[in-house]
Amino acid sequence: MMSTKGMKKESMKLVEEPRIGVFVCDCGSNIAGHLDCADVAEYAKTLPHVVYVKENLYTCSESGIVEIKNAITQENLNRVLVASCSPRTHHPLFSSSCAEAGLNPYLFEMVNIRDQCSWVHMGKREDATQKAKHLVKMGVAKAAGLEPREEIESSLIRKIMVVGGGIAGLSAAQALSDMDLDVILVEKTDHFGGLLQSLGTLETGETAEDFLGRVVADVQRRSNVTAYTGAQVKSTGGYIGNYEVTIDTPEGEVTDKVGAMVVATGAVPLIPEGIFGYGNKGVVSLMELEQHLKNDTLEKAGFSGQRMVFIQCAGTRNAKREYCSRICCMTAVKNAMTVKKKYPLADVRVLYRDMQMYGAQKEQMLWDARGMGIRFDVYDPENPPNVEAGKVSYFRTVTGDDVSLETDLTVLSTPLTARQGTGELANMLRVPTDQNGFFLEAHAKLRPLDFAADGIFVAGAGRYPATATESRTQGIGVASRVAAILFKDKLVKSAIVAGIDPASCVGCLSCLPMCPYEAITYNKDARVCQINEILCKGCGNCAATCPSHSALLAGFKPEQLLAQIGAA
Amino acid sequence: MTDNILVLGGGIAGIQSSLDLAEMGFKVHLVEKLPSIGGKMAQLDKTFPTNDCAI
Repeated sequence: MMSTKGMKKESMKLVEEPRIGVFVCDCGSNIAGHLDCADVAEYAKTLPHVVYVKENLYTCSESGIVEIKNAITQENLNRVLVASCSPRTHHPLFSSSCAEAGLNPYLFEMVNIRDQCSWVHMGKREDATQKAKHLVKMGVAKAAGLEPREEIESSLIRKIMVVGGGIAGLSAAQALSDMDLDVILVEKTDHFGGLLQSLGTLETGETAEDFLGRVVADVQRRSNVTAYTGAQVKSTGGYIGNYEVTIDTPEGEVTDKVGAMVVATGAVPLIPEGIFGYGNKGVVSLMELEQHLKNDTLEKAGFSGQRMVFIQCAGTRNAKREYCSRICCMTAVKNAMTVKKKYPLADVRVLYRDMQMYGAQKEQMLWDARGMGIRFDVYDPENPPNVEAGKVSYFRTVTGDDVSLETDLTVLSTPLTARQGTGELANMLRVPTDQNGFFLEAHAKLRPLDFAADGIFVAGAGRYPATATESRTQGIGVASRVAAILFKDKLVKSAIVAGIDPASCVGCLSCLPMCPYEAITYNKDARVCQINEILCKGCGNCAATCPSHSALLAGFKPEQLLAQIGAA
Repeated sequence: MTDNILVLGGGIAGIQSSLDLAEMGFKVHLVEKLPSIGGKMAQLDKTFPTNDCAI
C-alpha cells in the first residue's frame, strides 16, 4: 500500500462537502450477467453527494484504475466508492490507486455486489439488482462520513532471534546472516544439531555428522551470529520490529531487542513404551536403530544377521494420535536398505499399513528396496502384529494367513511428536498449536512459514514432521520471509486501528479479554485501558464491547456505521 | 551489482518468490511463457486441506 506520508497537505484535511465518485464493476459477465449494472449506475447518480458515476467492464483492470484516477483529479472527487467484488482481494488495489491520485486512501469505500448479489442471487436478476442498489446506497452513506487517516509507522530492529539450534534453526541463522542481518541463536541443549546428531547417514549418502559439522562450524565462525547453547528463552514482549527478549544462558541472563523471531524447536521421536514388546531384548525404536547403525552396535542390540522386522505406524494413526508422521516410512526403507547392504543374506521385512514415500526419488527408493529383496507386508491395524519372545506374529492380509517369524531385531517405526514445552513457548509468543501439539502456521498453503502473529515465523519439525532436507529448506525459506519485513526502512501499517478515549474510559476492563491480539493494556496510574496501535489489527471487538463507547475503530465509528445502516 | 532480479516461471513458486523479493525492495522481472500467470494452481478449484479457492 502506498504510504500516506508525504502526501499533499490538503489531501489530509477533513473535507467539508463530500464529492463522491461511484464505480460499478461488471466483472465481465460475473456481475453484469446476473444483475443490471447500468441500472445500478443510473440509481447511484440520484444518491446524495454523488457527483460522478461510471460503469466499468473491469474496474480492477488497468483502464478501470486509470478512470478512477482521472475522475479524482478531473471531477475533484474527495470520496471514492467501488461496487465490485470482495474487499479481501481488491480493497488494497483500489485504495492505493486513490492514494496515487492524491486522495487519502482512507476516503475509499467498497461494496461487494458480486459475492453478495450476483453470486448468491443468481437467476433472480431483479432481486439482485435491487439489493445491489441498496448496498451502493449504504456504501455512499458511509463514504460521506469517512475521515482521512495517516498510516502508522514504527521502527524496525534488524536482528532476529532464532529459537532452536537444529538443522532448521541453523539453516535460518546461516541464511539470515548471509543477508547481513544479526542473529541470536538459542539452543536449549549443550550442542547444536538437534535430531540430526542421532542420525547415521542422510538420504544423500553423506553422514549426518559430516554434514552437521560443516553447518555448525560455519554458523559459529560468523561474526553476526550470537549463538547460545544450554540457553532458553525466558520471556518475550513487544511487537513486530521491536521485540524485547530475555534469554537464560549459562553465563547469566541476556536481554536484547529483536525485530523478528523464528521458532525452530523441532520434534521428538515417540518412545514406544508399552507397545509391541518394547523394552524387551531385541525390540528397538527406529531412532535407536539409527543410532546402532551410526555407532556400529547392531549386533550388541541383538541382531545376528538373520531377520529384522520393521513395524510401521507404531504408536500413531490410532485413536490417541491420529496423524501420519510421514517421514518414518522413508526412514525405515533407508535403514532397511542399509541393513540389507551390510547383511545381504538377512531377511528384512517391513510390516506396514500404507507406505508414505512422497516425491519421485522416494518412490524409486521403495522400488529399489523391493529389488534388493526387502519384503513389504500389509498388516491390519484392527489385528496388529504381536511381538513376543523373539517372535513376530502377524496376519498377512494379502494372503489371508497367519505368519510367525523368529526375529533377531524388531524395529518400531514411531512418529515424531511435539516437543514437551511447545505449549509454554506457544503461550509466551502467543502463537497457536494444532490438535497434535505442533505449531500451527498462518495458512497451510499461502503462509506456511508465518505465524498469524506478525513478525513471528516457524520452520522445521516443530511445525510438522519433516526430513532434514525439508527442515533445511524451511529454515532457508523463513529467512526470506523475515527479510521481506526487515529490509524495509520502517514498518508501515494500516491506520484502521482502534483507539480508546481516556476522557470517557472508566477502566472497566471489558475490552481486555475481547482483544485476540493482546493489544490492550490497563494503565494503572491513569486507570484507563490503552491500545497499542502496532499490535491492533482493527477487528473492532473492543469497540463492540465498550459500554461507554470509548473504544472506537477508525473507519468504523458508530456515526459512520449508523449512517450506513440508516441508508438500508 | 544490479538490484534487478529475473524470475523465470509465473506459477505459485515464481509468484511467491517475486512477491517476497519485491517486499525486500528488489526490482523483479517475472517472466511467464503463457499468456497468464498462475501456472498449475490457477487451474485448480478448491485446494486441500483448507478448501480455499486456488485462484
